[in-house]
Amino acid sequence: MILFDQVSKRYQGGNEALTNVNFHLHPGEMAFLTGHSGAGKSTLLKLIALIERASTGNVIVGGENLNKVGRHTLPYLRRNMGIIFQDYQLLYDRTVFDNVALPLIISGFSSREVSKRVRAALDKVGLLRFEKKYPITLSGGEQQRVSIARAVVNKPALLLADEPTGNLDPDLSREIMDLFMAFNQVGVTVLIATHDIPLINQLNKRIIQLSHGQLNPGLINDRKTDHTKPFTAET
Amino acid sequence: MVSNNSSTHENTGGSVQLRQLRPSFSSRFKEFFIRHLQVFFYSLGLLSRSPFATLMTASALGIALALPAGLYVILDHARQLSGDMNSINQISLFMKKETAAKRIEVIQKKLETYPEVAQVKHINRTAALKEFKDNSGFGNALKALKTNPLPDLLVVYPSLTHSDPQQINTLLIDLKKIKEVDLVQLDIQWLQRLYAIINIGQRGVLIIGSLLALAVLLIIGNTIRLAIENRRSEIVVMKLIGGTDSFIRRPFLYTGFWYGLLGSLIAVLLVNISLIIINDPLTHLSSLYENNLFSLGLMGINVSITLLLSGCLLGLFGARIAVGKHLKEIEPK
Repeated sequence: MILFDQVSKRYQGGNEALTNVNFHLHPGEMAFLTGHSGAGKSTLLKLIALIERASTGNVIVGGENLNKVGRHTLPYLRRNMGIIFQDYQLLYDRTVFDNVALPLIISGFSSREVSKRVRAALDKVGLLRFEKKYPITLSGGEQQRVSIARAVVNKPALLLADEPTGNLDPDLSREIMDLFMAFNQVGVTVLIATHDIPLINQLNKRIIQLSHGQLNPGLINDRKTDHTKPFTAET
Repeated sequence: MVSNNSSTHENTGGSVQLRQLRPSFSSRFKEFFIRHLQVFFYSLGLLSRSPFATLMTASALGIALALPAGLYVILDHARQLSGDMNSINQISLFMKKETAAKRIEVIQKKLETYPEVAQVKHINRTAALKEFKDNSGFGNALKALKTNPLPDLLVVYPSLTHSDPQQINTLLIDLKKIKEVDLVQLDIQWLQRLYAIINIGQRGVLIIGSLLALAVLLIIGNTIRLAIENRRSEIVVMKLIGGTDSFIRRPFLYTGFWYGLLGSLIAVLLVNISLIIINDPLTHLSSLYENNLFSLGLMGINVSITLLLSGCLLGLFGARIAVGKHLKEIEPK
């Protein structure tokens, strides 16, 4: 699903955020991306979501080499991923329903389909009763669940989350993580950047650790993939 | 809930993993129009949320559009007026005194066959003298004259199809060639001057119109730029969840359209109010000159529609320029 092949990212000004990163996330896999602040977690996610582009190397997502994705095909690629942020990125002048409906409206679903799918997604995150409310009236955990509903309403094959529990207390964090686990269970590939080590240690999933822009091979806690085999591109 | 539907959708180069759910083509086609309609009214709704600011911008546009439109209306009337004057053109042919009455009759008949001549009237010199004696008050003084000092006069009325200054000039040259004609008189110069002034006016309207159209573009462009700035976070979210440029652009284009429409409606209103204000004293003025009353009336339907259309187009165009320039600068960070 995601293949990083000798990827480096150097920002303008010479700051190298990622150095020669190689890893492979299989379809249906769930992994956590950890590391200290500034280790390059966000940069790595941005490369997958095409918010940034790799300076060298190839990032291949779902068989598409992102180096070859132009400005006009980029939106269509993003529709295949659900992206979740620490600060939720909701639109506060629209209701919960309208926020979640946005990806469907962009794709051109009919109003009937939209309301059916939005209600299904809200139901999944347990917020159906809030559909007419405005996000500002909800708690942080609820807002994050709205943003998760928006990310999954399109039924993407890949979910990316950048510190989704960064602003939440441990109980709420666990609830959010359980949601991600549930989506992973039905086949969604999930990659979550977080530094909540105690939480992810309970979850028994693969951990990809970044340190100063490089993968820390000794700490890759990989229960699903066999590293003795060479990478096989999914293209 | 997810990847099992991937295989039912189209296959591009084996990248089966990232096939998300997509609406059918017919659904997307139908939705395209419905969404356009929705955005059309949604953008109007956005404007109505801040009616004062909207009205201020629209008024600025209205004034900018009203100026050239008003000048055009006045100029148009001036041109029509000069057209009316044309139709009462007449050329006076003063005949040489020794010309025989028979000969004059022949010339009159001949002139009447010209295509550029509508009618020729003969004013007999004897009759003219009598009329002059009766009406001028110089009756007694004229009695002292032994001979009639007045020549025979042929008044030529050019036909309506040959009444612009150029054609009348050619006719004049032809008339001067007639041997028996002593003097050809037409006060055409004032007409030429009027045409010249109208020509200058037309250029002026063109220049002012272009400048103010540019002003309209700038006002709308700036308004849209501010609207984009206000909705920066929304645009970022739209881009993150896969909104295409045209999708994100759409509400701003319709906003530009609405501004253009509102502005030109205000312009139509302003021009008509001005015309109503001017009409009364103008009618009074024309009554002092002649008995046929002249009035500007209201803005014609054609001019109004043209104004509304150009307003809308300028709005769309200004918004398109602003959106094209500023949307690229807003990317998720």
